[in-house]
Amino acid sequence: MSTINQSGWRPTTPEAGEASGATFTGNRALMLEEPLIFEIGSSDTTGVDFGEMPEGKSRLGGLERKSIGLPGLSEPETVRHYTRLSRQNYAIDLGLFPLGSCTMKHNPRLNERVARLPGFADLHPLTPVDSAQGAFEVIDQLAHWLITLTGMHSVAMSPKAGAHGELCGVLAIRAALEARGEGDRKILLVPISAHGTNPATAAFANFTVEDIPATDDGRVDLEALKARLGPDIAGVMITNPNTCGLFERDMKAISDAVHAAGGYVYCDGANFNAIVGRVRPGDLGIDAMHINLHKTFSTPHGGGGPGSGPVVLSEALTPYAPLPFVEKDGAGYRLVEEETAGEHHAGTFGRMVAFHGQMGMFTRALTYILSHGADGLRQVAEDSVLNANYILRSMEDVLDAPFAKSGPCMHEAIFSDEGLPEGFSTIDIAKALIDEGYHPMTMYFPLVVHGAMLVEPTETESKAALDQFIGAFRSVAARARNGDPSVKTAPHFAPRRRLDETLAARKPVLAWKDPDVAQAAE
Amino acid sequence: MSRYYTEDHEWVEVDGDIGTVGISDYAQGQLGDIVFVETPDEGKDVSKGDEAAVVESVKAASDVYSPVSGTVIEGNAALADTPELVNEDPEGDGWFFKLTLSDPSELESLMDEAAYAAFVAKL
Repeated sequence: MSTINQSGWRPTTPEAGEASGATFTGNRALMLEEPLIFEIGSSDTTGVDFGEMPEGKSRLGGLERKSIGLPGLSEPETVRHYTRLSRQNYAIDLGLFPLGSCTMKHNPRLNERVARLPGFADLHPLTPVDSAQGAFEVIDQLAHWLITLTGMHSVAMSPKAGAHGELCGVLAIRAALEARGEGDRKILLVPISAHGTNPATAAFANFTVEDIPATDDGRVDLEALKARLGPDIAGVMITNPNTCGLFERDMKAISDAVHAAGGYVYCDGANFNAIVGRVRPGDLGIDAMHINLHKTFSTPHGGGGPGSGPVVLSEALTPYAPLPFVEKDGAGYRLVEEETAGEHHAGTFGRMVAFHGQMGMFTRALTYILSHGADGLRQVAEDSVLNANYILRSMEDVLDAPFAKSGPCMHEAIFSDEGLPEGFSTIDIAKALIDEGYHPMTMYFPLVVHGAMLVEPTETESKAALDQFIGAFRSVAARARNGDPSVKTAPHFAPRRRLDETLAARKPVLAWKDPDVAQAAE
Repeated sequence: MSRYYTEDHEWVEVDGDIGTVGISDYAQGQLGDIVFVETPDEGKDVSKGDEAAVVESVKAASDVYSPVSGTVIEGNAALADTPELVNEDPEGDGWFFKLTLSDPSELESLMDEAAYAAFVAKL
């Protein structure tokens, strides 16, 4: 099924007993062992030749340190160290990355090329506005696309990640309530199918969180939500499509009920990939939603790059949006900041970042949008949903799929560990997938599903790539179902065998300690 | 002495007006290896159903609700260094906190051992 190896030749894998034969170096051919940088470096050596320090008088009041304990390595030693470590990593550039709710899609190289244009890449954030008009045009064009795709009134571009965007939306809700003199609305309702960051954000913004239960088919219980609405409710934070991989069909009814009760609707837009070009959240009555440029709009993330979480806002919340804002001003653009907030931004709740947001992500996201066009973006949503449903239907006879009967899933398929033999759980399947050369799916989330496995293939994958993953996933699931003990001890072929996560959590070692110093302390 | 259970899998053992609270064997089994427990401070007033303690396993973090109202007199200090006691002996040495009951009539709404066993059997 592989698209690469058409000859049918397969490398032979030695039996577990044979493979334990140790090499002198600890390396196994191209799989290289690598110690910590502190273990290879020495404080006596240095990779850089500095001249002798000139005699001078310290102005640091005796606070300067004679040694800062950094390991000394030459440049090639340093380069090799990090390159060797990077080879033990898994990346979207290596293969399918089924981490549910993370939308690990391909990062097109065209985006990278545009972001590296010196006019964008070398621009300093303090460049005067009239010398950075091109960058402001990018921000304005991207803002226009985000507003159009979501059917919302405005967008705050500065939040730097999904949860940062959530905070932006919730602070705007708080500011709107306070402006109405209803700052005593202190409760945010969060369905249990929402992202875990939602209740954390609400609590961080000084709201009290209350759960709303889900129905048996994995969606928000509308009646339970309606029953809880009242004069103490600030609003609801809802994830749509939700973490069960399902579209909240009652979204409009939820919004109408919340609005009628005087509250606001925050939508977690992390799963926007499934509906972009098909559904406009503004039509569903949403007041604020963050958009993960690093998910839906393909900018790199997960160690590969910073996030970016612009927040689209309804007309009701727009006056409270954070500064700064880019605004069209005649033929050019101007930056609305504290000094120039004037009348139409006087209600702003403040500022969330030092400058204008993640410029490098803006250029990439706009490139992605323009290279796909409106029709291409619609197909992104369609293909991501099709791929997830293909996995759901290809797996439901070997793994329990709790919501398979609720109809098609959106862009992620969810499975549970129901039906696995005693002693076998989700983590065993995840670890065995590592042996098959895949990064595991999201595990034990959402909490409403027992031993949840949340798989999101994204539209990046071809049918051949999906078939290969399904083959591996089915094989691992079948081994677990049959009680194969080697699943319990997987991974067998990774650079490290199964780690003791309990010990790591109970007795975490968070920093390297010089063994001599550590020994002396004991 | 008698022991009562909640639907959220806490137990309370009552001796006079002193209650000892913990989580059930079923709860520790569902949580998996427990790595951290936060118990309430002495003197804290809790109402029935209030979040009184936090338990974290390798899988999840959960709140532990007080099965009854009262004033905390002691948190189980041993859990700070040995949270695994909750896995090893959830209904004994792995207790979370003790409190003085302010309204013993609340116990009537809780399940006894047999009723809880029947409740768990249906889950």
